[in-house]
Amino acid sequence: MATLTRPGAPSGPQLRRRTHPVRVDIARALPLTPAVVLLLVFLAGPILWCVYAAFTNTALTGAGSGDTQFVGLDNFRAAFGSEAFGNSVVLTLVFTILSAVVGQNVLGLALALLQKRAAKVVRTLVGITVIGAWVIPEVVAGYLWYAFLAKDGTLNEVIGVLGLGQNWLYTLPIIAVSLANVWRGTAFSMLVYNAALSEIPAEIEEAAEMDGATGWARLRHVTIPMIKRTVTTNLMLITLQTLSVFGLIYTMTKGGPGTKSQTLPLYMYEQAFSFSQIGYGTAIALVLLAVGGVFSIVYMRLLRED
Amino acid sequence: MTTETSTTPTATPLAVTSHRPVGPRTWVATAVVNVVTAVLGVMFLVPLLWVVFAAFDARAGLKLEWPGTGFSFDNFRAVLTPETTYRPMWNGLVLCVGSTFIAIVVATLAAYPLSRFETRYKRPFLLTILFSTGLPITAIMVPVYGLFVQLNLVDTIGGTVAFMATTALPMSIFLCKNFMDGVPLTLEEAAWTDGASSMQTLRHIVLPLMWPGLSVVTIFTFIGMWGNFFIPFVLLLSPDRLPASVSIFTFFGQYGSVQWGQLAAYSVLYTLPVVVLYVLLSRRLGGAFNFGGALKG
Repeated sequence: MATLTRPGAPSGPQLRRRTHPVRVDIARALPLTPAVVLLLVFLAGPILWCVYAAFTNTALTGAGSGDTQFVGLDNFRAAFGSEAFGNSVVLTLVFTILSAVVGQNVLGLALALLQKRAAKVVRTLVGITVIGAWVIPEVVAGYLWYAFLAKDGTLNEVIGVLGLGQNWLYTLPIIAVSLANVWRGTAFSMLVYNAALSEIPAEIEEAAEMDGATGWARLRHVTIPMIKRTVTTNLMLITLQTLSVFGLIYTMTKGGPGTKSQTLPLYMYEQAFSFSQIGYGTAIALVLLAVGGVFSIVYMRLLRED
Repeated sequence: MTTETSTTPTATPLAVTSHRPVGPRTWVATAVVNVVTAVLGVMFLVPLLWVVFAAFDARAGLKLEWPGTGFSFDNFRAVLTPETTYRPMWNGLVLCVGSTFIAIVVATLAAYPLSRFETRYKRPFLLTILFSTGLPITAIMVPVYGLFVQLNLVDTIGGTVAFMATTALPMSIFLCKNFMDGVPLTLEEAAWTDGASSMQTLRHIVLPLMWPGLSVVTIFTFIGMWGNFFIPFVLLLSPDRLPASVSIFTFFGQYGSVQWGQLAAYSVLYTLPVVVLYVLLSRRLGGAFNFGGALKG
């Protein structure tokens, strides 16, 4: 565990840190070339194009299709002035915070902690089930949850006796897709926390136990501080993954009913591909990248401060 | 969870005779932990069961029901046709094998200098890679589509494979580097003294020692590709080029009423390869989730 290393500060024994002449650096970096080329062409390139196209009226049909013009901040002005865009930003934040930051993260940690103390057979079976939900393809997960939450689906069959039955995908669509995403993504956090918890020396927890610390106090003052770095890294990865979820929501609700579960990726898809407004769609993509960037910067800050 | 259990990772069969008496409170706490864990497990299991039961139920609906008298293989028989199952599966296989192969070769090459040499660019590069592992690929699909239009790559397998490989690269480089760090440097130093080039040492010394790690990265990448929906959904247009991840969506959308049993059967067939691969992988995956140590430098 790198709990003690800190970016920027010298970390650990500096065994092989010598300054090389630039030429040696280049020769040694040569095997990196194919990776750098692919990443530049297919990732950095599109991101830069994103920055450019967001300020144009690029379109597949209509006014912008013939001659592309620079339109300045028009796309952003249109986006921030539109109700549909505001709606999708709010929904994206609800979906991300509810399903990743709270749902997957907390449930994943809880499962990892529980598994540490549960009987082997329980631990194994629960582990297999949770990971099973993670392994199956996104679209299949979408169908599963469609079936589970549909009006004549399993959930209503179970709670129908209480008179709570309803068409969840219509009444609470964003909650429905968030639940599905928690179900699908929790395994990742669970595995990350399993790995982190297994590296905490048993003596430290035993010592705290001997000192009379209760389970909750031990968790708060010993376990969590020791895995803080992992928590932050995990939060960053799952937040960014969740921001870009498309297939799951598209199979379950297509963003509907109306626009009640239309997160940014779905709004972007609709604008760019259904309505052919590439410029406007790219502006939305840029906003999505920026939201991801803001989350990353916050987490990076946290990592630096620990 | 105020527990005082005697189960520590180092517990021996003699734990009963340990210094701490096993009181009723411990017994209750352990039982509570097991029950809570099991209940959470069941909550994860229930949605999953539907697809299995419905696949074998000729009269399947949306409700979770034991197939009972409706038990049959009719659903599988109905979907096991070239256009529904075989061709999309084959397309998926071509896309996934192609992009996984490119990603692994390129990632291994990139991981070598990152694992073996210390340069001033290493840390910024690794941080960029870590950032990119979480880059919302969805966000760049519009510009990528634009790029593909410019390059005449829309609806081509080659272009899609190259892009899919790139999306997997950050994570593969990251994991490859981690596994490579586990191979001791001493063996290579001996080879370097004997005049071997770094590529020779990579091929003859490092790779043979990191096959387990490399197979983890390979399977992990493949699973990610197999389930990917959005990339082929945007970049491929011809129905006869679509992989299973997309055709499962479009095929069942074309009919007025969905045959839920057939959809479930097809889902099972489509999911089976990743489950098998995951089982092969599961015992070795632990190390891949240790992100904490990943940035030690």
